[in-house]
Amino acid sequence: MTEPITDTMTNKMQSITRGLVSFAILIAAWQALVWGTGVEFFILPGPWLVLHALIANLELVSRHAAITLLEIVLGLLCGCSLGMVSAISLSWFPKVRRWLLPLLVVAQAIPVFALAPVLVLWLGYGLASKVMMASLIIFFPVTTAFLDGLRRTELGWLDLARTMTAGQAGSGRWAALRHIRIPAALPALASGLRVAAAVAPIGAVVGEWVGSSAGLGYLMLHANGRMQIDLLFAALFVLAAMAVTIFFSIDWLLRRLLPWQPDSLPNE
Amino acid sequence: MPGSEFVMETKVPVGVALRGGTLAFGDKVIFESLDLDIPAGRTTCLLGPSGVGKSSLLRMIADISPEAAANRLVSSDGGAIEGRIAYMDQRDLLLPWLSVLDNVTLGARLRGAAPDRQRAQALLAKVGLAGESKSLPAALSGGMRQRAALARTLMEDRAIVLMDEPFSSLDALTRLRLQDLAAALLAGRTVLLVTHDPLEALRLGHRILVMRGSPARIASVLEPDGLPPRPADDPNLHGLAAAILAELAG
Repeated sequence: MTEPITDTMTNKMQSITRGLVSFAILIAAWQALVWGTGVEFFILPGPWLVLHALIANLELVSRHAAITLLEIVLGLLCGCSLGMVSAISLSWFPKVRRWLLPLLVVAQAIPVFALAPVLVLWLGYGLASKVMMASLIIFFPVTTAFLDGLRRTELGWLDLARTMTAGQAGSGRWAALRHIRIPAALPALASGLRVAAAVAPIGAVVGEWVGSSAGLGYLMLHANGRMQIDLLFAALFVLAAMAVTIFFSIDWLLRRLLPWQPDSLPNE
Repeated sequence: MPGSEFVMETKVPVGVALRGGTLAFGDKVIFESLDLDIPAGRTTCLLGPSGVGKSSLLRMIADISPEAAANRLVSSDGGAIEGRIAYMDQRDLLLPWLSVLDNVTLGARLRGAAPDRQRAQALLAKVGLAGESKSLPAALSGGMRQRAALARTLMEDRAIVLMDEPFSSLDALTRLRLQDLAAALLAGRTVLLVTHDPLEALRLGHRILVMRGSPARIASVLEPDGLPPRPADDPNLHGLAAAILAELAG
């Protein structure tokens, strides 16, 4: 049994090394671009200047990052919950599905960013409009991915459930949904949740750009207006780090929760 | 079979008869006005070439066919058929997210009842999976998965058991062993087993029905000597299997 554990640890070490090497190459390329083009620091500051700005403004950046993080997490919770409830409702009520699904697709064609000013107008400059913005952007991928999973349950499992619940009082349909359809659709839901994790920061920051008094998006706009480009990049760097951390945390959690659905892609 | 009284609750055998069964997919009539008798407490094997409609007939009896409207089933005791049938497919149909034990007790959870884990463990021991109750299905071989499916079927403890080519995807040796196991554990129940393998039907069936034609009909009925499970190396069985194959081909 020690061999597979060693293999897993080696794979993890290799994965971390690959990540660090990629990051180092990116930073080196950034520095090379600054040196090679001789671009002014107020157009593109080098990584060292950005690091310096981050350390000098650590308290300020942390305070705004905490607000953006809260918006993203609340947006993820609201958007994912709404998406899951909608998918289950749409799968349970065929009539609702026939009426609402086309409407949902059409609604998705409206750029969510265009709604940001309206949301700020309705919900104010505070947390609510950003959480709503992130929720809206998350809602559709979660709903469609989960609904797709709920619709594609192996028919043999449902037939088996039907023979097992035949002649029973109560709804075999509900039992099949709870014990078969929903668990079977979890890998599809996981795909939707991964997309949600990737787009949630976009929703929160766009909301902050349109109207806010706090958050990394607000800090970036504010720094840009005051030509503090190094601070802008420092905020951008923290936002990117936050988005990547959220994505990989959710991805890791989903892999742990769905051990029966292993990755079938070759790990070469 | 020691301990079998614990895992096999006594059920009064009940026979099933289909009268005037009709099934069509669009314009294609699979069978019409078909009469079929499945005697109580015995194993009836339904043989036929691929596509003749034997699985459709089984699904019609199990009431899981969307085209089952023409279903006319009567039981030998006059009671309802609904809720007295256990079904085993050619695929194991184990839920990949549940352990073997949870798969075996699935029926109880679907019905909102408390699963009898002790009985499930005893059944798993009967099918040789005592040490695998916590394993996920993906960790099992094809033969082990089908044994888990057999345990799940027995766990339902229904008077009538319908089996749709349950051992067709297994290698020859595993198939023979599972046939013996199924024959022992299903003894005394009313079983309808669909198969395309004449030797399997001859080993397991008290009664063998050969279905062929279009629309399909029961072309012949055979009741071999002796009791199932008949030995696989019985020369008489091989002779009969050759005759059935010739009939199916003809």
